[in-house]
Amino acid sequence: MGMSLEAKYEEFWRQAIKQLNDVVKATGLPIAPDEKGQYSLWYDVRELRLRFSISVERIKRFFEGLREGKIYATRCRRCGRYYFPPQADCPYCRVSDMDWVEISGEGELLTYTVINTKPLTFSHYPDYVVAIARMREGFNVLAWLRVDDPRKARVGMKVKLQVVKREPEGYLTYEFVPIE
Amino acid sequence: MRGVAIVGVGHAKFGRRTDATLGELAWEAVKEALDDARLDQKDIQYFVVGNAGGWSAEPLPAVVIGEYCGLTPKGAMRVEAACASGSAALYNAYLAVASGMADIAMAIGVEKMYESPTPTVVEFIGRAGNYFWEFENFGLTFPGYYALYMTAYMNRFGATEEDFCKVAVKNHYYGSMNPKAQFYGLRITVDQCLKSRYVAWPIKLYDSSPITDGAAAVILASEELARKITDTPVWIRSIGVATGTANLSKRPDFIGLDAAYQAAEQAFRRVGIEHRDTWKYFDVADVHDCFTIAEVMAYEDLGFTERGTGIQLIREGQTYKGGLIPVNLDGGLKAKGHPIGATGVSMAVEMTKQLRQSVEPRDRQADVYVGWALSHNVGGTGHYAYITLYSLDKDGSPKVKPKR
Repeated sequence: MGMSLEAKYEEFWRQAIKQLNDVVKATGLPIAPDEKGQYSLWYDVRELRLRFSISVERIKRFFEGLREGKIYATRCRRCGRYYFPPQADCPYCRVSDMDWVEISGEGELLTYTVINTKPLTFSHYPDYVVAIARMREGFNVLAWLRVDDPRKARVGMKVKLQVVKREPEGYLTYEFVPIE
Repeated sequence: MRGVAIVGVGHAKFGRRTDATLGELAWEAVKEALDDARLDQKDIQYFVVGNAGGWSAEPLPAVVIGEYCGLTPKGAMRVEAACASGSAALYNAYLAVASGMADIAMAIGVEKMYESPTPTVVEFIGRAGNYFWEFENFGLTFPGYYALYMTAYMNRFGATEEDFCKVAVKNHYYGSMNPKAQFYGLRITVDQCLKSRYVAWPIKLYDSSPITDGAAAVILASEELARKITDTPVWIRSIGVATGTANLSKRPDFIGLDAAYQAAEQAFRRVGIEHRDTWKYFDVADVHDCFTIAEVMAYEDLGFTERGTGIQLIREGQTYKGGLIPVNLDGGLKAKGHPIGATGVSMAVEMTKQLRQSVEPRDRQADVYVGWALSHNVGGTGHYAYITLYSLDKDGSPKVKPKR
């Protein structure tokens, strides 16, 4: 295990900013050639960091469920429609009268992929399998599939959805495990 | 609604354009379009900018481009429909002219993706879907989303990775002849494609379109003005627009893009043709081949051929010039490049040039029999779809191409 993600990320930006400062000191401007050494670029001296805060107020029950080891969907009391990801409102009935129902977790794989080139914020995980499965209740769920070898994944395989702790962050989420 | 025609087109060189700013890059296309139509900025009453942004510095691209290109103080907006932002710009400008709100309008598509490091771009595109439920926890990437379709398609219809590589080979073949393409001069073989590394199994690097900077522009005019401006107006005869669910998990299957199917249905209905064997009505088409699987699904969603048989068109080479229907003779997104917001406008530029029969070299000029062309532009992973039909005729339904 190499450097943690945060450390890698910080190191990347620390190096970039140090280079930038050196260029400014030497030339009086933050201008340097592009990656290919072809054209002049102004390297931004202003940084914008993005981390969003997203409301989960109306679907808190879902996250409480994860703590109990359960995965919930919502179901409209009027039309019986399931919502996963859970929704607080049924737009078709125009009501917010929803039941929280624990899902069976049993499903069958519809499709999958292996993410080989990962986003920077996922670069500290080994290559992971993302799959979509049809649940017994009729709706689909997208999640990681836990297999030691991605070649063991196949369309049509029976899977079970489980609450797991995502490491190294240590937060609760859900993933598929094969059940045969 | 009145008739609307394309009367001027412009196209910047696509590629790693670190030699130009957003405004300078847009100007290359805008200037060419103004020259082509022999119009001045004062003639343009309204303009729309397709730009996805996020990875580039300017948050208000429409006014930055308006000022740089001398279009201020004309009214404008920036529109976003992910990778179909360019077609959204075209659609909005079309509505302005068709409704009579403007007599002459311009659609500009522009994207500067190399203003951010590649990891930032990968991160941004991976978030294009439902950020909270599908990216935050599961780290999908853009190739990853389409890979979910490719796995399902291969499993259901027995297509192979080699079949899909033939899409890449075809599009590089035509892109190699297009001086405006990112991969101008670069052909590839099936073997090279098969040996390229996986980015999201079963999608390999050579199944994928690249990161690209680019710009394109088209000028639209009302039927009263179009013929005064040009002898060869290309009429926008129909645009179909649809959306798909943000979460991929909300979709019933992964063998076609419902948004593209729905948009095609609308577009065809407006000109009175059925949504089957549609290859016979069009001389040429540009389809959204962000990944090779996307081109194959496009053949089927557009009704060129039935579901599950798109791969057969590729195996038989039916989408090369001289085949059933030539597709992506400009190199497609795959080889021409895919500057997100510019792609839809670039397709309109190419379809116009094809119908005017002004494409050079002639090896990538389609044979024009009926004077109809089609562009298929998808945003995200079937999140948005725009199908546009172009014709040399202002009225009437498409005719069937002669048998060859």
